[in-house]
Amino acid sequence: MAVLSEEQEMLRNMARDWATKESPVSEFRKVRAAGQPQAYNADAYAAMAEMGWVGIIIPEAHGGSDFGFLSAGLVVEELGKTLTASPLVATTIAASAILLGGSDEQKAKWLPRLASGETVATLAVEEGTHCDPSAIETSVSGGKLTGKKAFVHEAHGASLFVVAAKDGLYLIEKGDGVSLTTRKLTDQRSHADIQFAGASAEKLEGGGDSLLGDVLDRARVLSAAEMLGMAQAVFDTTLDYLKQRVQFNQVLATFQALQHRMADLFADLTQMRSAVEAGLQAVDSGFGVARAATIAKAEANRVLHAISNQGIQLHGGIGMTDEFNVGFYLKRARVLEASWGSSSYLKDRFARLSGY
Amino acid sequence: MPTQLKSDVHTSEDAFRTEVRQFLATNFPDELKGTGNMMAGLDGPTDENPVQKKWREAVGGRGWGTPTWPKEYGGGGLTKGQARIIEHEFAKVGAYNPIGGMGVMMFGPTLLEYGDERQKLEHIPPICRGEIRWCQGYSEPNAGSDLANLQTFAVDKGDHYLINGQKTWTSGGQWADKCFAIVRTDRSDKHKGISFMLIDMDAPGVEVRPITMISGTSPFCETFFTDVKVPKENLVGKEGQGWTIGKRLLQHERTNISGGGRLAGMMGQSLGDIAKKYCETGGDGALVNKVLRDKIADLEIRWNSFLLTALRAVEESKAQGGVSEISSVLKKVGTKLAQDRSELLIEIRGFQGLGWEGDEFGDDELEDVRGWLFGKAATIYGGSTEVQNNIIAKRVLGMLDHQ
Ligand SMILES: Cc1cc2nc3c(=O)[nH]c(=O)nc-3n(C[C@H](O)[C@H](O)[C@H](O)COP(=O)(O)OP(=O)(O)OC[C@H]3O[C@@H](n4cnc5c(N)ncnc54)[C@H](O)[C@@H]3O)c2cc1C
Repeated sequence: MAVLSEEQEMLRNMARDWATKESPVSEFRKVRAAGQPQAYNADAYAAMAEMGWVGIIIPEAHGGSDFGFLSAGLVVEELGKTLTASPLVATTIAASAILLGGSDEQKAKWLPRLASGETVATLAVEEGTHCDPSAIETSVSGGKLTGKKAFVHEAHGASLFVVAAKDGLYLIEKGDGVSLTTRKLTDQRSHADIQFAGASAEKLEGGGDSLLGDVLDRARVLSAAEMLGMAQAVFDTTLDYLKQRVQFNQVLATFQALQHRMADLFADLTQMRSAVEAGLQAVDSGFGVARAATIAKAEANRVLHAISNQGIQLHGGIGMTDEFNVGFYLKRARVLEASWGSSSYLKDRFARLSGY
Repeated sequence: MPTQLKSDVHTSEDAFRTEVRQFLATNFPDELKGTGNMMAGLDGPTDENPVQKKWREAVGGRGWGTPTWPKEYGGGGLTKGQARIIEHEFAKVGAYNPIGGMGVMMFGPTLLEYGDERQKLEHIPPICRGEIRWCQGYSEPNAGSDLANLQTFAVDKGDHYLINGQKTWTSGGQWADKCFAIVRTDRSDKHKGISFMLIDMDAPGVEVRPITMISGTSPFCETFFTDVKVPKENLVGKEGQGWTIGKRLLQHERTNISGGGRLAGMMGQSLGDIAKKYCETGGDGALVNKVLRDKIADLEIRWNSFLLTALRAVEESKAQGGVSEISSVLKKVGTKLAQDRSELLIEIRGFQGLGWEGDEFGDDELEDVRGWLFGKAATIYGGSTEVQNNIIAKRVLGMLDHQ
């Protein structure tokens, strides 16, 4: 754990407390059972906004607390531990786009609504099955945006979309010219393809040429924070299980093969935490963001992948059951691994950034 | 910190920085620029030339090679902040610290903690001046990972002990003046029967036989003790306290092996940059072999998160006081990554990366081959990776019999 300020400790403890008491995994089960496409509990999201969590990266002048990305990451991590379904990450990513690229008017109009929870927003970039921001076909003419976006997170709850077109990022409100096709993914959260047919679009004029890349890096570190919480939760649950389960008259935790596997995963998890925290801190400091965010998400992908698999394996048969939570983490893990850059995409990007 | 205090600290740091610069300007000879630390190296004898000797004496005389050790025993008596300034200023002009070796890395700190006044006055100053080389007499043929199984025995003869037995893998044993050893003084208790003693390597009855390693060098030895007399004043701590003292020393050893800074130095140049010299690149400057490129990026990403972890361990232990639990993973992760890197370097260079000797190979190529081989030891000594895993599982994760 990074060395935290007093406010950050308080924030994290508050989030941890709330997630364990108000939003354990059983709450996600309820969301799943309800079968609504938006796939989150609106009251729970309102409570999060009330506690100030949506406004963590938003300046005070616009209704936020301006605590920065490391602080946002602390909350997101705690929510990741219990698989809390909410559009918090999606809205925070969208807010970062408006912060970086929006005019004063756009900021004044949207940021307070995002911070208060009134408006849910999300980023729509990909047009295909993989992260590929260089292959955008969506275009805008005369203030009307046309194109198809694929697998957009939290699309059902969102009423504001930050959409990548060939020449930059645009804000589009849900309404005429915006139609959703639900895509049910294995994590059973909200995902949709979105057809924009001449939808009214307002450009984010600021932020320069690197705006899309900068926003994607913020998406990477926030998703990595969620993944960190998930990895920690699976690791802790698995360790507890190994300490209870008896076979051959001894607890599994005494078998050296399993001890060493857990020691390896612990080392991986330790590295993942270092990389993710450094990614969040880089965004706050503004130095070396692209590189740090790439490392953060690449390590998050690698380690959560391994831990989610071992989480099933080390639980034996019970790990395969829907009744047991560990499978939920596996399914959400793969969706997040594919978001904003798979491992191979990120390694390619790291190599490019390093000049080879 | 109040502003006044802050600026006082700054002024005194600035003054010290100036002092270090002046010292370097007066004492550091240009011809040693960028060369290595002769005393600290374990795989070669100390053939010092007069220039190197003079440099060692200059640094050692001030205690600046062991800057934070107490002044009364020959150390620098400086703060950690001042030690960092020395390190920084030395690095800036390409000057090495000529004071090193096991005396500095492991034995000195341990003796400062457990030795009596007379022992400290006798043994610490020569370490600070770089005059005495120490070796480590721990491992035996049947006591490796299970170190407490050691059998070398010291019989109490009144004013001295009489030692018989064999140590092995004694690094630098053939060049060492003295040996810090753990030996058995009582057979009835595995751990409490161990004592920590200091043995003169030129005492009658000590014999060393160098062992050749896969890298072609002979940096370690078998060490035999036959009726070796050790005066009682060379017992450190009390009889039976050797296991406690010996383990403390191992902590210093592990910190040194995994020390982020040292490993960072080892990693040197970016593998991607090296690969661009040996392998085809496309018009965009990217490596054409995408599989190799992927392997390099994978390793360098993991290497970065390791370095971040080493930094985090330092920050956390500063903030919490005491050793952070994440430091338990540093040795195993750092040594594994260093090995992976050496293997990848061979793949990058092909046959040119497997040279044993000959002018057709560059110095860096030959050194990296020996380094690749020698590097295999890092996951064995100082507590093997498997032993580290046992420690992490039991002490950090609490995976025990009784839950
Ligand atoms: C280059 C080098 C320099 C050295 N320098 C010194 C020195 O200066 N002084 C000194 O005293 N010693 C030195 N050593 C010795 C070193 O400390 C030992 O090699 C080390 O403790 C391992 O002991 P061993 O070689 O007997 O291997 P063993 O203990 O026999 O181990 C063999 C294998 O079994 C594994 N193993 C052992 N026990 C367990 C267990 N409980 N669970 C799982 N796996 C296990 C080990 O990890 C290893 O893979 C040096 C070694 C090397 C390679």
